[in-house]
Amino acid sequence: MSVVSGRAVKSAMGVRLRGVLGVRRPGRLVAEGIALLVAVVVAFPLYWMVLSAFKPAGEVQSSHPRPWTLSPSLDSFRRVFTQQDFGRYFLNSLVVAGSVVLLSALIAFLAATAVTRFRFKFRTTLLIMFLVAQMVPVEALTIPLFFLMRDLGQLNTLGSLILPHLAFSLPFAIWMLRGFVRGVPVALEEAAALDGASRTRFLWQILFPLVFPGLVATSVFSFISAWNDFLFAKSFIISDTSQSTLPMALLVFFKPDENDWGGIMAASTVMTVPVLVFFVLVQRRLVSGVGGAVK
Amino acid sequence: MTAEPETARAPVAAPARGRRPRPHSPRRAGWTPWLYLAPALAVLGALLVYPIYQLGLISFLEYTQAQVSGGEPTSFQGLANYTALFSDSQFWSVLFATVVFAAACVVTTLAVGCALAVLLTRVRALPRLALMLAALGAWATPAITGSTVWMFLFDPDFGPVNRVLGLGDHSWTYGRYSAFLLVLLEVVWCSFPFVMVTVYAGIRAIPGEVLEAAALDGASQWRIWRAVMVPMLRPILTVVTIQSVIWDFKVFTQIYVMTNGGGIAGQNLVLNVYAYQKAFASSQYSLGSAIGVVMLLILLAATLVYLRLLRRQGEEL
Repeated sequence: MSVVSGRAVKSAMGVRLRGVLGVRRPGRLVAEGIALLVAVVVAFPLYWMVLSAFKPAGEVQSSHPRPWTLSPSLDSFRRVFTQQDFGRYFLNSLVVAGSVVLLSALIAFLAATAVTRFRFKFRTTLLIMFLVAQMVPVEALTIPLFFLMRDLGQLNTLGSLILPHLAFSLPFAIWMLRGFVRGVPVALEEAAALDGASRTRFLWQILFPLVFPGLVATSVFSFISAWNDFLFAKSFIISDTSQSTLPMALLVFFKPDENDWGGIMAASTVMTVPVLVFFVLVQRRLVSGVGGAVK
Repeated sequence: MTAEPETARAPVAAPARGRRPRPHSPRRAGWTPWLYLAPALAVLGALLVYPIYQLGLISFLEYTQAQVSGGEPTSFQGLANYTALFSDSQFWSVLFATVVFAAACVVTTLAVGCALAVLLTRVRALPRLALMLAALGAWATPAITGSTVWMFLFDPDFGPVNRVLGLGDHSWTYGRYSAFLLVLLEVVWCSFPFVMVTVYAGIRAIPGEVLEAAALDGASQWRIWRAVMVPMLRPILTVVTIQSVIWDFKVFTQIYVMTNGGGIAGQNLVLNVYAYQKAFASSQYSLGSAIGVVMLLILLAATLVYLRLLRRQGEEL
């Protein structure tokens, strides 16, 4: 509603400004030209990635690269999935990211409810700690986490990737969900209590569905941090390549003598597309969610 | 609305009505919030707090391959690791490079992001959608695939950039500064969308009359940005700045992949990669941990500044 009226105000303003100043149009055309040019430049790397993935080998490793191809081929993809056990790595990545998303959504939902719906001792302290925890550089903890995973017997398993990412995505997820939980009116909770719904029942049957859009927005961030992880995969999956995730598999195509660029671009495409799809699907919620977290 | 099914079953719940209603009032919270918090606290305690403690501990010990394999007992070294680190000139040059590199990334990201956010407010729906979609794509691209693609674009033999610029087989990763520049471009490419989208949302929330009044007074776009938008967007700008500082200070993947582990003779090392190389490549776990502690402290300082700013803006916790 407010978005629509905001837009209306803005366009009305534009019309009036044009009337007053008289010279708006050329300025706007220039601005639109720049916007389109920037869009092309920003999109170009992704276009080049997909294009190179579909180019036949000779055109990829050519000293006169052309920005199109007349004979698209799936050779690079075929090489990626047969030479390298890429399907397996893809599945591993999916398992890691999926587990992190599910677990962190559930745990963060409970924690966010606790800090928004109850007043208790140390509540503010906890909130500040969640905020500080967001800033902890994941990478600095690689060494102690390595030893922790070794002691837990998790090295070379997907668990060694799921657990740390779960811990690192939680503080942000809690912080972000807080806004969504707070948005559900307290009156609803009182009404449910009056009707005899238990706290547990209210939590799962009323609050959970209402906060679900927020959970989706939050999970994008958990998903991406787990899906993109390179450092932990490199440090914790040291000897069992069957447990590798996509980023490690991608690097196999870099060879000291000559990089297989076709393979690298095809593998990169396979790794990028799921995130891209996820992002586009939830972008509306993402933007408003970020706004919520920012506020 | 969702409560309706409950109301429909009211007769069943009738006895409960007879009792004193149980408003989940703050006073009667009891141990319920702690029950809800338990899983989160367990995970964070085990996988965040404990490792931080371990990190600090290891940085005071002698911890090399011998201790890892259990061949030798660990021994307490006091500040020896830190003295060794601080007397190493490479550490200072890496620290300096990290700070300058992060600052350059933050400034460029913010400048590009804010400029494009303002640009978005001045164009019609179609160009806006095009730019938004392109930015969303860059935002969603994983750091590692972003790195490989940018390497390929700037590849001396097969990349289109050298072809277009007529640079022949000039290698971007050979020189120290051109390698840093290449990484910077990639970092800015994948991090400006967050700034742009957030700032754009902030500008949209500014009442139209305010901007209109400024424009009617004949203010230039730059003047409007400086004198009207920046003060009104201050909370949002604070958040995106601090977030960018934190992200760019701990860049790992891009440097590691694009400069192949820190560049020729370590010329492109940043703290994060430096710590990784010390620990996992040369098994000096205690030195790596000491670097980690330094990083942690620097980012903690940034966080405290952030918290102060939030407080001053009256953010309700």
